[in-house]
Amino acid sequence: MIKHLLSAADLDAEHATLVLDTAAELANLSSREVKKLPTLRGRTVVNLFYEDSTRTRISFEAAAKRLSADVINFSAKGSSVSKGESLKDTALTLQAMGADAVVVRHPASGAPHRLAQWVDGSVVNAGDGTHEHPTQALLDAYTMRSRLGRLAGLHVAIVGDVLHSRVARSNVLLLTTLGAKVTVVGPPTLIPVDVGPALSPDLRVSYDLDAVLPEVDVVMMLRVQRERMNDSYFPSTREYARRYGLDVARMRRLPEHAIVMHPGPMVRGMEITPEVADSARSTIVEQVTNGVSVRMAVLYLLLGGK
Amino acid sequence: MAYAQAASSSTTPGSPPAVKLILNETDLQRVVDRIAHQILEKTDGAEATVLLGIPTRGVPLARRLAARIAAFEGVEVPVGVLDVTLYRDDLRLKATRALGPTDLPPGGIDGRRVILVDDVLFSGRTVRAALDALSDLGRPSSVQLAVIVDRGHRELPIRADYVGKNIPTARTEVVKVTLAEIDGTDEVRLVGEETK
Amino acid sequence: MSSTYLVKGVSVLGAEPTDLLIRDGIVASVGGARDAQVIDAAGLVALPGLVDLHTHLREPGREDAETVETGSRAAALGGYTAVCAMANTSPVADTAGVVEQVWRLGREAGLVDVQPIGAVTVGLAGERLAELGAMADSAAKVRIFSDDGHCVSDARLMRRALEYVKAFDGVIAQHAEEPRLTEGAQMHEGEVSARLGLTGWPAVAEEAIIARDALLAGHVGARLHVCHVSTAGSVDVIRQAKAAGVRVTAEVTPHHLLLTDERATSYDPVFKVNPPLRTQADVAALRAGLAEGLIDIVATDHAPHAVEDKECEWAYARPGMLGLETALSIVLDVLGPQWDLIADRMSRAPARIAGLSEHGHTPAPGAPATFTLVDPAARWEVDPTGSASRSRNTPYAGMTLPGRIVATFLRGEPTVLDGKATK
Repeated sequence: MIKHLLSAADLDAEHATLVLDTAAELANLSSREVKKLPTLRGRTVVNLFYEDSTRTRISFEAAAKRLSADVINFSAKGSSVSKGESLKDTALTLQAMGADAVVVRHPASGAPHRLAQWVDGSVVNAGDGTHEHPTQALLDAYTMRSRLGRLAGLHVAIVGDVLHSRVARSNVLLLTTLGAKVTVVGPPTLIPVDVGPALSPDLRVSYDLDAVLPEVDVVMMLRVQRERMNDSYFPSTREYARRYGLDVARMRRLPEHAIVMHPGPMVRGMEITPEVADSARSTIVEQVTNGVSVRMAVLYLLLGGK
Repeated sequence: MAYAQAASSSTTPGSPPAVKLILNETDLQRVVDRIAHQILEKTDGAEATVLLGIPTRGVPLARRLAARIAAFEGVEVPVGVLDVTLYRDDLRLKATRALGPTDLPPGGIDGRRVILVDDVLFSGRTVRAALDALSDLGRPSSVQLAVIVDRGHRELPIRADYVGKNIPTARTEVVKVTLAEIDGTDEVRLVGEETK
Repeated sequence: MSSTYLVKGVSVLGAEPTDLLIRDGIVASVGGARDAQVIDAAGLVALPGLVDLHTHLREPGREDAETVETGSRAAALGGYTAVCAMANTSPVADTAGVVEQVWRLGREAGLVDVQPIGAVTVGLAGERLAELGAMADSAAKVRIFSDDGHCVSDARLMRRALEYVKAFDGVIAQHAEEPRLTEGAQMHEGEVSARLGLTGWPAVAEEAIIARDALLAGHVGARLHVCHVSTAGSVDVIRQAKAAGVRVTAEVTPHHLLLTDERATSYDPVFKVNPPLRTQADVAALRAGLAEGLIDIVATDHAPHAVEDKECEWAYARPGMLGLETALSIVLDVLGPQWDLIADRMSRAPARIAGLSEHGHTPAPGAPATFTLVDPAARWEVDPTGSASRSRNTPYAGMTLPGRIVATFLRGEPTVLDGKATK
């Protein structure tokens, strides 16, 4: 098994499948009366969060606690290089505390990579800047597999602000590793230059959501921040919603079996309408549930051996 | 699987380990039959009994025992699978292990007599882990243990209720059980210390 | 009373071995030098002392990262005899007082000639012209003006600056970066930035400014120097400008000749620099442009940074790399032993652009004894802790490079002997 989980690209098909299979076993255990397992007793997991993300932190915390690890929450929000301790000094502190794993959320892309150079324990990237969020991709893949029965050969559309999305990057990498076909959809201003060669030679890019919808098994809507409007990525939220938002009319273009995903938090009325978010196709609540099992699997696979 | 492969890879450099056949296919069948009879005797005809196989090779063994019990007395004993990986105390000594499935029979284990089934009893640590796992899953009325081979060298106060064969071994030797369902053949062999 | 040196068996610019007698600050005719200290230079190549048009010495203001003295020592060890000190100090070198201070510190260190560059605009703010004439008239005799680190992005202000310095044969050295296109930029915009999720610095942000400035310089008949050209497109723009007769010169850094944006994959900010490392295609175009002379010179953009400014997250790190001690080795690696070409790109041409008349002369009888001796056969491993700079941010750590500076002479006085600084 790998030492760190910094990028979805760290996982080849075999390892990624192992994570999903392990998560499936752990999901069975979570339905029983005693949910706690002794597996990581005596191990210390530090949640090092430089950004607010209650849902991700709680998910990791629940995962670590169900495996009996000691959890230390280190909220470093507001910290920066200019005020307070540097990332390196924090790393040395965690090292001295004997952290076996550091789960890190950070506004700067690549911060987990830096951290991994300074600590002996495992580093899990819980979202870094506009780079990656590999456990989100794993739980999304897990959700798709449990809803649709497979990943290989699925066609997944990832729609919205791909440029600034760590979820999109990790999902493209993981899904293509697992044999799915991915199309990123959005206004050209929000699709990174050279995204295809950067992430996967098979990645497809489309600017036309209506044309893509009838062909996909999964449509994953990304959060679009209203502030992007001020940077002229698109003219107005109304125009964005009209061209790239998923409403009931658009949802009808999807094949019967297709599912709608969203990594949350949603901007209802912007990229997705409430009717779609709450429809039977939506997996949004399942994604949250599956997050705990997937994160347990990751922690077990990183920390469960020598 | 790894054990079986290691046994057949006698072409690797270094002197090949000494291999001694302990049980052949017929012997193994006889042992399973005997344990099945013993279980029937000691459990009043497998009354309120559940067989739980410990992966990997305990699982087909539990199924075989259930099949023999059914053949002898027409009793259907529920069979399940109990993976103990998450309860092991030696996780940190080896690379991370993949989890096996845990699958309890529909009736569960509460108030039942659970018979754990494994291939080899050695240190007793796997059984210890299984007991911990069981207590998280429910409350059996009693727990028993059936193994094909007891090779000694216990590190915990644990003993089997049903033993196919006691084999005196040196600590460095390896007992290899192969089963048709997994490995293609039914055999138990004692392999000497492997020299590298 | 200066010493006399006899450099024996040296190959001047790769020519047949000869002896050079160094006396009274100049190269004299060999003969009648019994008192001379002999330097065995068999196998060594003599080059005119290197001239760096783009050095950050950090003094005044960030003496924890570099001082005029430590930077001068690093320069001498790299074979340099003159460096042009960039204006982005604290306070900014935008007055005669600051440029004279830097110039005086350089004289006191006495290891290389330190030629201050003056800021184009007050405080590098890009709003109004600094007192360019006062700096030109000062003891520092400033001729190069640059807001380096910032682009003079206002077209009207740039036009005025180009025009104004014509009065004293000055040149504006432009940091070509359209700021609106590089807001928050962290690395070259392309495949790697898309993968790493780092905000891109598009090549066009450089090329558009070079094109605009070349047109402005042509329009007002002024001299333009382009700092650290980094893209293939910029080479094309400069080719067109030169063909059109614009008085434009350009520099490339050693790191842009060698390294690519793939280095960012480590997220180690030692590879963060502005302009950023580009692609292999850009590297190839820059090498070709340098060989062809479209790019006139190699300049280091030596940018020392304190440890805490590099041992951090990529986005929070300051851009810049050390360069003085490794420049010649990298150019030798890139161009091969084309000694006359190297002498031109690293000494003659930069001396000409900077107006440093005492530099850039091939060591031969009658010329100033300002030169450096290179062992082209030596290979050495870059060890950041071994640097004479106060900082450690070399991107070449662990790399083995060809060519080692054995000795450097400034007006007849050795600043480096046996590979060690003399003071």
